[in-house]
Amino acid sequence: MNTSVGNKTIKGETGAWEIVIGMEVHAQVLSQSKLFSGASTRFGADPNSQVSFIDAGFPGMLPVINEKCVEQAVRTGLGLKARINLTSVFDRKNYFYPDLPQGYQISQYKNPIVGEGEVLIDLKNGETIKVGIERLHLEQDAGKSLHDQSPDNSYVDLNRSGIALMEIVTKPHMRSSEEAAAFLKKLRAIVRYLGTCDGNMDEGSMRADVNVSVCREGGYDEFRRTGSFKTLGTRCEIKNVNSMRFIAQAVEYEARRQVDLIEGGGTVIQETRLFDARAGETRSMRSKEEAHDYRYFPDPDLLPLELDPAWVEEIRKSLPELPDEKKARLMNLGLSAYDASVLVGERETADYFEAMLAAGAEAKAAANWLNNEYFGRLNKTGLSIADGPVSAKANADIIAMVAEGLISGKIAKDVLDIEWNERTGDPRNAIVEARGLKQVTDTGAIDAAIEAVIAANPDKVEEVKAKPKLAAWFVGQVMRQTGGKANPAAVNAALKVRLNLPDEG
Amino acid sequence: MPASVSDELTRMTLAEARDALRAKRISSRELTGAFVSAIEAGRPLNAFITEAGEQALHMAAASDHRIARGEAGELEGLPLAIKDLFCTRGTRTTAASKILGDFVPPYESTVTQNLWDAGAVMLGKTNLDEFAMGSSNETSFFGPVINPWRANDSNASLVPGGSSGGSAAAVAADLCLAATGTDTGGSIRQPAAVTGRVGLKPTYGRCSRFGIVAFASSLDQAGPMTKTVRDAAIMLKTMASVDPRDSTSVDLPVPDYEKLMEGPIKGLRVGIPKEYRIDGAPAEIDTLWTKGAEWLKAQGAEIVEISLPHTKYALPTYYIVAPAEASSNLARYDGVRFGHRAAGPRDITDLYERSRGEGFGAEVQRRVLIGTYVLSAGYYDAYYARAQKLRTLIARDFASAFEKCDVLLTPSTPGPAFAVGAKTADPLEMYLQDVFTVTVNLAGLPGISVPAGLTANGLPLGLQLIGKAFDEGTLLRAARAVEDAAEFAHSPAKWWSA
Repeated sequence: MNTSVGNKTIKGETGAWEIVIGMEVHAQVLSQSKLFSGASTRFGADPNSQVSFIDAGFPGMLPVINEKCVEQAVRTGLGLKARINLTSVFDRKNYFYPDLPQGYQISQYKNPIVGEGEVLIDLKNGETIKVGIERLHLEQDAGKSLHDQSPDNSYVDLNRSGIALMEIVTKPHMRSSEEAAAFLKKLRAIVRYLGTCDGNMDEGSMRADVNVSVCREGGYDEFRRTGSFKTLGTRCEIKNVNSMRFIAQAVEYEARRQVDLIEGGGTVIQETRLFDARAGETRSMRSKEEAHDYRYFPDPDLLPLELDPAWVEEIRKSLPELPDEKKARLMNLGLSAYDASVLVGERETADYFEAMLAAGAEAKAAANWLNNEYFGRLNKTGLSIADGPVSAKANADIIAMVAEGLISGKIAKDVLDIEWNERTGDPRNAIVEARGLKQVTDTGAIDAAIEAVIAANPDKVEEVKAKPKLAAWFVGQVMRQTGGKANPAAVNAALKVRLNLPDEG
Repeated sequence: MPASVSDELTRMTLAEARDALRAKRISSRELTGAFVSAIEAGRPLNAFITEAGEQALHMAAASDHRIARGEAGELEGLPLAIKDLFCTRGTRTTAASKILGDFVPPYESTVTQNLWDAGAVMLGKTNLDEFAMGSSNETSFFGPVINPWRANDSNASLVPGGSSGGSAAAVAADLCLAATGTDTGGSIRQPAAVTGRVGLKPTYGRCSRFGIVAFASSLDQAGPMTKTVRDAAIMLKTMASVDPRDSTSVDLPVPDYEKLMEGPIKGLRVGIPKEYRIDGAPAEIDTLWTKGAEWLKAQGAEIVEISLPHTKYALPTYYIVAPAEASSNLARYDGVRFGHRAAGPRDITDLYERSRGEGFGAEVQRRVLIGTYVLSAGYYDAYYARAQKLRTLIARDFASAFEKCDVLLTPSTPGPAFAVGAKTADPLEMYLQDVFTVTVNLAGLPGISVPAGLTANGLPLGLQLIGKAFDEGTLLRAARAVEDAAEFAHSPAKWWSA
């Protein structure tokens, strides 16, 4: 009973089961200060060095909304093609925990700032699917409990307390671990394009909770047709899934667990489960019965958040081109869907590619060059595109020289290697001109080389007249004679004339 | 300084002391010294949780310097008492609760900062009901405050009302020129009424809540407790401000209330809400109310009968909304970061349970439990959501009433000060103390209690005036008219310093 990663169904003893996935993603808002205080949000500061009295829940302290965070949420909502709610409300979610100084988290419950939207994701098989966004709301992050500092005491670091998060909730529109991972990747690309979240999963600035359920074949289609959740199974929420790889593992494990449980006569109970990355399994954290009663109510310290429609329009007008639009534009420039997807997947990659175009590179040639040459070198050395040694302008120059016939494709690779090591920033002058790597199209020089080869190989001259296919051997010899600098097309043409070969040769 | 001179100083109104200081007839050091002595002598009243005499004398000296240099602020050199719910930088702030322990705030509330910026002198922090929850100042961890007033037929100790009981007693006993209070359901007006002094609750949003220990955020409002209506106008002008640190602070300029307070009330329409006539209230209350209406009529006001039909729902609504907010506001007192922490906790739950169990008194625990209950799943709609709807209806009642009148006149309390311990056994009877005052908080309106007369056995009673939102000017003018007519010049006998 194997389940290969990425399948929409898994086989059980009693037949096939469908996997249904929804996600709740917490994305940390990129802002200088926290959601309701002026404390800094910089990552990696000393514990409790970025905590205002508001963040620490001191008596008499009051929250004041940070407009920048609101703008970022609206920007993200617009990027998700979602409805922006001009009136939204902050509520208190009440529970006790040492890293929650106020004894409540300020969140948005019934009236979030952003309503329904959608995200398109590209799958490996070339299919594009639409994942519905249920809502996006703003909320405060909690602090962090530190249990490993002392055998007897726990400590609390409140640097994170009060930092703005966007909780982005999807509809249960994903059907496989591949789709779930692709969704998260796409969402991450969108917020990074927008500049609303750095998407850094290692630092916890993007965290996903994954809701998984299984149902009998056909149940999902029935759900999409009727909108009724009755034909879906009971879901479990898996917390702590903090990398793309873990998402796939967690989904696969959890779906299998649920199928085995149901087929063994058991019932899936709605609960929160924790993903244990080391064991590769999910474990029960708390059931619905043990769930907190959060006693949500509107925060009386904050007025309802009213947005000016004109302000929202201003933000809409300032949106950058997003991955989908950019991909479409690149395809119009002649790129394949696959190449375009690869290039727009990361904002830095897309920016680099666009910089090459701006430096005069032709789109298709630039895409091929990056995919076939430059990305490979980056991958090998583990460098990101931002840290790579060759500028977009330099790469654009190299492929321009090829297009101009100034250097051959082979020489171009050599030039790239030199540029990689020496970072001249100017391959045309500093490398090709200076080192005489220029391709020879001077017919005099080519003719001289041909004459030299003919003189040295009279037997071959006779052979080629009988077998025109041998012309390739002559081309190779001439290329060698010129140190690889001769333009192969020019060599071919000259040989044909000199040896009097038919055009097909 | 001989006692009589000292008495002369402490008996001054805020306005009189201000004028005397400006005219350099007295110094702030003299004045402050007189109050520091009075506070020491007044210790049997238990009006202060923290006395700050030494600091007060330093502040007074600085004020004298500024006066001498011609740099006096609006309240320069005037000694005030601060309810111990306002956070004061470097001075212990307790909210009269064990759970705050020896908490010393590293910050200052906006209202008190406004006072110090205007040159006022802080005498100390006054006692109150724990977290401002109470109507008799008997729930304080630091013990009850004793009302300076006694009935003329008994030596029994009476309560000063609550929750601003310490501030009320301090003003009535001449332990300060004026004091700050906070009013969530009547906590300024009710104690002012039963101690024979003026208490003003401004419109919600007029004074910043920043730095005031929160009880019920949507109802809490700071205000002055003073000897006269003019003093209340002077205090409010400085206490009120627009504060970017409080999102519910309203962005309206602060007018000169002292000026607005002046002038006749001819043509002012005074509403008399019929629903405020309640069964079982002492006849003296009703008589005083009628008299109040006649006083205003005699000065040219027009008396209008009006109706506030949802009045009977005000107390139940209040006792859902206020505890709900309190249960959440008080969650931060968990023994983790500041204040009382239980010794030797087994685990985090034990730490929470015992710290809070030991740190909160019975009334606070009762309200936290009520509030938790009305917000919990399955009860929210039946209680909290309905209370919010009623709150809207109550506010609408006032809005319609104010189409027919400019201010309302009602009694301040259902009766005079009662004996210590008389109502502690029955919380509901205690809650009834606020029957005339809570409506004003629910509607977010300004209200003022003005001393208007004495009961047969010599205890003060007040009349309440209620104004339109942010129309404190008219409210104070009407209050001044009541004050003028009432000619209430009574003060308690100083039995405590005998």
